[in-house]
Amino acid sequence: MERIYLDHAATTPVDPRVVEAMLPYFTANFGNPSSIYQEGRAAKKAIEESREKVAEILGAADTREIIFTGSGSEADNLAITGVAWAYRKKGNHIITSAIEHPAVLETCKELEKHGFAVTYLPVDEYGLVAPEAVRDAITDRTILVSLMHANNEVGTIQPIAEISKIVRAKGVLLHTDAVQTAGSIPLQADELGVDLLSLSAHKFYGPKGVGVLYAKKGTRLHRLIHGGAQEGRLRAGTENVAGIVGLAKALELAAAGLEETVPRLAELRDYFINKIFSRIDHVKLNGHPTRRLPGNINVSFEFVEGESILLNLDLEGIAASSGSACTSGALEPSHVLLAMGLPHETAHGSVRFTIGKDNTKEQLDYVLGVLEETIARLRAISPLYREQRGRKEK
Amino acid sequence: MYTEAVMDHFYNPRNAGELADADGVGEAGNPVCGDIMKIYVKIEDDRIADISFQTFGCGAAIATSSILTELVKGKTVAEAEKITNRAVAEALGGLPPQKMHCSNLAADAFHKALEAYRQNRPKPAPAAE
Repeated sequence: MERIYLDHAATTPVDPRVVEAMLPYFTANFGNPSSIYQEGRAAKKAIEESREKVAEILGAADTREIIFTGSGSEADNLAITGVAWAYRKKGNHIITSAIEHPAVLETCKELEKHGFAVTYLPVDEYGLVAPEAVRDAITDRTILVSLMHANNEVGTIQPIAEISKIVRAKGVLLHTDAVQTAGSIPLQADELGVDLLSLSAHKFYGPKGVGVLYAKKGTRLHRLIHGGAQEGRLRAGTENVAGIVGLAKALELAAAGLEETVPRLAELRDYFINKIFSRIDHVKLNGHPTRRLPGNINVSFEFVEGESILLNLDLEGIAASSGSACTSGALEPSHVLLAMGLPHETAHGSVRFTIGKDNTKEQLDYVLGVLEETIARLRAISPLYREQRGRKEK
Repeated sequence: MYTEAVMDHFYNPRNAGELADADGVGEAGNPVCGDIMKIYVKIEDDRIADISFQTFGCGAAIATSSILTELVKGKTVAEAEKITNRAVAEALGGLPPQKMHCSNLAADAFHKALEAYRQNRPKPAPAAE
């Protein structure tokens, strides 16, 4: 059976052109970039060329603003913990939102154990943070605001540029987790007005195990990993040369393709959402109707539970994800959906489809058919659906 | 993550649906946790003559409900009553550890259905003195 992969927000397949660019750095050009002889110099050159490429695409003023990390999560950790300890004398207050990725939320929770105070801003029903709420939360002890560019679950895109004006006017640093937006929508650190920005290669057809933290010149960071002078002394450890080359190549390809992919994915997304609503009743779209990542569809099917939907889709060759507790490995459903005000049972019934560049309309039509059958089948055995119908008939 | 038996019962659930003339109905779980199981029983001659389930929940919740109905159908009430959540999980060849508490409630719902049956049953007339 042909598999239909609709979970591109989780990870993406590596583009063959990226693989090709990476391969020599596993074998022929295996040198350690810190070595002074030819093999080392070649590896070092590959890293610095990649850094230049990334700096240019992200609108960085200086290549030293690009720090390669081992993942998007590590970039988030370095941004938040790094700023917290470097600016500890200035203040101890950090502002973030209730819907951040765990890499941000749990880093903040950890800092709270060490004397930092964190404000978790609420979001509205669409997952948006109000810029005024950011302004009101800033105190003279605030050192950092960390807000994600777009949410990984519901795809809501935050007004970062607008928030930046407020944050900068108060002399506070701004970090954005752009893991979901890099390669999906145009992304320029200078236009967004951020001081720190995280991204991860495997979200845009690059390899796993490599990310970037952009840190604007003059932003001080306390390093997390000790033991070497790599990455401007901010991240010890022999560089993942092939990974870094792959990241730069993938970002270059993504940036070059944006003009074509953004409108195409948005069209497929809207087609899919409209079809779901016309074919299945008791459905709710989670996230913002328009301020939304081009490939993101997040819907709740009432009276059924997300994991059972995913199992059924998987049996029919379809890969998607859910915000139900069962799929998070926790007892609670998605913290993002709960923060947006969804009742628990509706959050349990959420399914996220994230479309990628290789998906077609024909695939989506097949998925719609399977989805319609799946929801009908699961509702037929759901006591909640029976009760709902009973109420209607009365 | 699931055994073949779980997937079989999930995909081909046995005895799913409502039982119109049930003698007892029991429910376990709640929507906040994401699992609700409802068991319907029909008792004749002190045996589980018929049984059905309705479940809102994950694959494990559906599979445990389904296999429970097979495990107790046709048994005497006294025999059937001995079923435990653990026995249900074992009959499926085991469940992932995180599913043992939240999604393995079918036996609880069944016990509640039997309790409801006992309460619904007309009381035997008191023996003449």
